[in-house]
Amino acid sequence: MRIIYTDVLVIGGGLAGLRMAIAARRRGHEAIILSLVPAKRSHSKAAQGGMQASLGNVIKGQGDSEDVHFEDTVRGGDWGADQEVVRMFVNTAPKAVRELAAWGVPWSRVRKGDREVIINGQKVTITERDAAHGLVAQRDFGGTKKWRTCYVADGTGHAMITAIADQAIAASIPVHEHNEALALIHDSGRCYGAVVRDLVSGELTAYVAKATALATGGAGRLYRVTTNAVICEGIGQAIALETGVATLGNMEAVQFHPTGIFPAGILVTEGCRGDGGLLRDADGHRFMPDYEPEKRELASRDVVSRRMEEHIARGKGAKSRFGDHLWLDITLLGEHHIRHNLREVYEICHYFLGVDPVKEWIPVRAAQHYTMGGVRTGPTGESPNLKGLFAAGEAACWDMHGFNRLGGNSVAETVVAGMIVGEFIGDFCDRPENDINIPTAVVHDYLEREQARLSALLTGRGTEDAVALRVAMQEIMTAKVGIFRRGKDLEQAVDELQQLLVRSRDIGVRYRAAGANPELVTAYRTQRMLKLALTVAYGALARSESRGAHYREDFPRRNDAEWLKRTLASWSNESDTLPTLTYEALDVRRMELPPGWRGYGARDHIHHPDTATREKEVEALKAKLASSDRFAVQQALMPYEQLLPPRLRGRNERIDDRS
Amino acid sequence: MTDQTAHRKLSFRILRYNPQENGSTPRLQRYELEEADGMTLFIALNEIREQQDPSLQFDFVCRAGICGSCGMMINGRPGLACRTLTRNLPPEITLAPLPIFELIGDLSVNTGRWMRDLGERLETWVHMKAGELDLGHIEETMDPDLAEQIYLLDRCIECGCCVAACGTARMREDFVGAVGLSKIARFRLDPRDARTDADYYELIGDDDGVFGCMSLLACHDVCPKNLPLKTQIAFLRRKIAAVGIK
Ligand SMILES: Cc1cc2nc3c(=O)[nH]c(=O)nc-3n(C[C@H](O)[C@H](O)[C@H](O)COP(=O)(O)OP(=O)(O)OC[C@H]3O[C@@H](n4cnc5c(N)ncnc54)[C@H](O)[C@@H]3O)c2cc1C
Repeated sequence: MRIIYTDVLVIGGGLAGLRMAIAARRRGHEAIILSLVPAKRSHSKAAQGGMQASLGNVIKGQGDSEDVHFEDTVRGGDWGADQEVVRMFVNTAPKAVRELAAWGVPWSRVRKGDREVIINGQKVTITERDAAHGLVAQRDFGGTKKWRTCYVADGTGHAMITAIADQAIAASIPVHEHNEALALIHDSGRCYGAVVRDLVSGELTAYVAKATALATGGAGRLYRVTTNAVICEGIGQAIALETGVATLGNMEAVQFHPTGIFPAGILVTEGCRGDGGLLRDADGHRFMPDYEPEKRELASRDVVSRRMEEHIARGKGAKSRFGDHLWLDITLLGEHHIRHNLREVYEICHYFLGVDPVKEWIPVRAAQHYTMGGVRTGPTGESPNLKGLFAAGEAACWDMHGFNRLGGNSVAETVVAGMIVGEFIGDFCDRPENDINIPTAVVHDYLEREQARLSALLTGRGTEDAVALRVAMQEIMTAKVGIFRRGKDLEQAVDELQQLLVRSRDIGVRYRAAGANPELVTAYRTQRMLKLALTVAYGALARSESRGAHYREDFPRRNDAEWLKRTLASWSNESDTLPTLTYEALDVRRMELPPGWRGYGARDHIHHPDTATREKEVEALKAKLASSDRFAVQQALMPYEQLLPPRLRGRNERIDDRS
Repeated sequence: MTDQTAHRKLSFRILRYNPQENGSTPRLQRYELEEADGMTLFIALNEIREQQDPSLQFDFVCRAGICGSCGMMINGRPGLACRTLTRNLPPEITLAPLPIFELIGDLSVNTGRWMRDLGERLETWVHMKAGELDLGHIEETMDPDLAEQIYLLDRCIECGCCVAACGTARMREDFVGAVGLSKIARFRLDPRDARTDADYYELIGDDDGVFGCMSLLACHDVCPKNLPLKTQIAFLRRKIAAVGIK
């Protein structure tokens, strides 16, 4: 058993992890990245549609600004987000796109003059400005007032991670591939790194670091049908939970994407609808306008997914031997557009469905897609409970998404949080009091503990089958903790998952090699995933309201009076079968945008007692500052700039600012 | 999309070898499986592992043809296993790991390290013109067609299929492969990169680079992303040769 020392241990080689490591390296600190797979194969690679940033280059984005992006994001999250963090995010997103542009991302660019687009099912000619020619282009996405999503055809994540991973190579940052963090090392409320297993040799190593940064992505594989990669198993969140100290925020907030191809669940991007694609039912009828006259196919994902399921429940789904589904129709976009801007979609339909999307409709149904919850952090990205532990990207609950994230806001979050949190990690490592001072005896205890857990699986007499437990978990999560939730089902889910958890303590493996051993990996991950599944299900059971992606049929209204708060889960004792839940209230009196109607979906929420007062205050301030610019108004409503690292402050230029 | 034919019995022959394990020797192992509708090699291999042989090693990540993890020899030809439908294959399916790359075990190879080494050697990142970036300002413009051309080469997923199919790579251990050459072609095209052809000559102006290619061009035929490798390599050779002549 070895010990490796470094300044910064980054767990995760996706967009968030890579960008944090680059930031830390630029600040002069040594960083090592761990990844289950080669960094460029991380799931960030699969992001298709794009990255939101309010550049406002295209004509349909004219008038866009941080303010509009801020409001869209807060509404999209159904007021669950931390509004200060949203402000930090929207102000940094344009900088992130521009940095990536300089690093070589081949963003699709604006072409001046007329072009034909499809809007609301109609062909429309729009004219791009001369001044915008050659600048980064934006497309339409759900839940946004302006065309804001910057894209590289439909391979945005691919192009982003290629450029960032290559920058990490340029900065000589080592990526220890095929290595898995199994436990965080911590002592007296301070995190010191992780116990790591080499997936090829099976050897355990302790990585001891001043700062530990989790960027392990989402947990889609808790569900049976998901758009997520097979490695998105939530192990990062689970090992944070297992510290018993760090907390997870809002794990019940799980997003379902409207257009997973049916039945495999592979994603076709929201860009399909953003670019004009339509949803149709068994009769070929375009049904979304019946439900959502304002935003139609482009309401937020939680709303569209629910409407689709509702429509299927009314018997309007197309039938197939695998069950019911709906259709995504992009034929109206035309061959040229599909072949150039939706290449991946074309390939996916071709290879997996044998469907030509230029001529035929694509069978789709909602599938698990995104984990809004994660390791709870403050605005700096550090856990409020476990000093020295940072988190960013999908694994984190920095909380800019609240209860539903907008399409295009996630890859944006990964790089933006990577930039911001990376700077704060730099600050943290600069401070002499944060030097590593953990006794090696403690490190050895952790190594031995993890070795013992593995040995118990390898040589113990357990009889439970990990695959069977995992499949049972995925079925429960899909059937009972899915798009529509009911108290009764959730109670059953929690009971059944607890039983699975208890049984998982008795897993045995048939293949007993200590080195590369896929069965062993499934075994120890399933044990951890069950804890995470329970955190999702138990949080969902407790939250007796509907908010964003969390929809309770028995409590269909958003209830700000009682539930304008963030769920925090911790796992106090290894022998527990449930997490401990506490809550963190959101302060309406400090919100720049007090809670209201989202502009789509239900209108009948229950008000928070402070909302009316805050609304009046906001109106009065706006009236008083009527002659000031938008920056002054914003500053008066909710100052946030002091929260950003100095080098990332400052305004973003747009072509409309140039006279 | 749903095929109504009775399900075939598939017979897999998989090359097994675990270099980590003492006494392990390469051998072909046979597995039988009933085909299912829409079955891909991703589904088939997982079923074999879950139901028949927990020790079988292979790599999948995105299972959507995007990440490049699952390159393997499928009936003798390199390809992405995740998006290979069994119905497009005969009932006898032979699977082997990609050659050239370090073997991790069974069908799993270390393409990651190979690609990282390549990236370091060829410096596969944009070499920016001097100066700290000012992120507050509007980005530099780029011609929309040029951006798309760069993207077409940037679509490489580093799956290793081109290397596995390459005659030169089998003979020259340090040959950069079509993946390396197409990356250089990509940066050459990119006006943000300050390097000149003289710089690229230093990187690929020899037999481990563009002059090592014997123009067999199997790479072009197997590339899962249909990168225009044939034309790019030919073009690059002319340009780099021109530097050598000067
Ligand atoms: C199909 C698909 C399409 C999407 N399209 C878009 C889009 O168009 N726009 C958008 O904004 N968002 C999109 N998203 C969401 C977005 O891609 C992800 O949320 C984001 O890329 C996650 O990045 P990340 O860096 O947080 O994690 P990931 O990219 O998932 O990386 C996680 C990393 O952690 C490593 N890791 C995990 N566990 C461990 C461990 N225990 N030890 C060591 N390493 C570990 C992995 O190896 C990996 O390197 C999409 C998501 C999917 C599934």
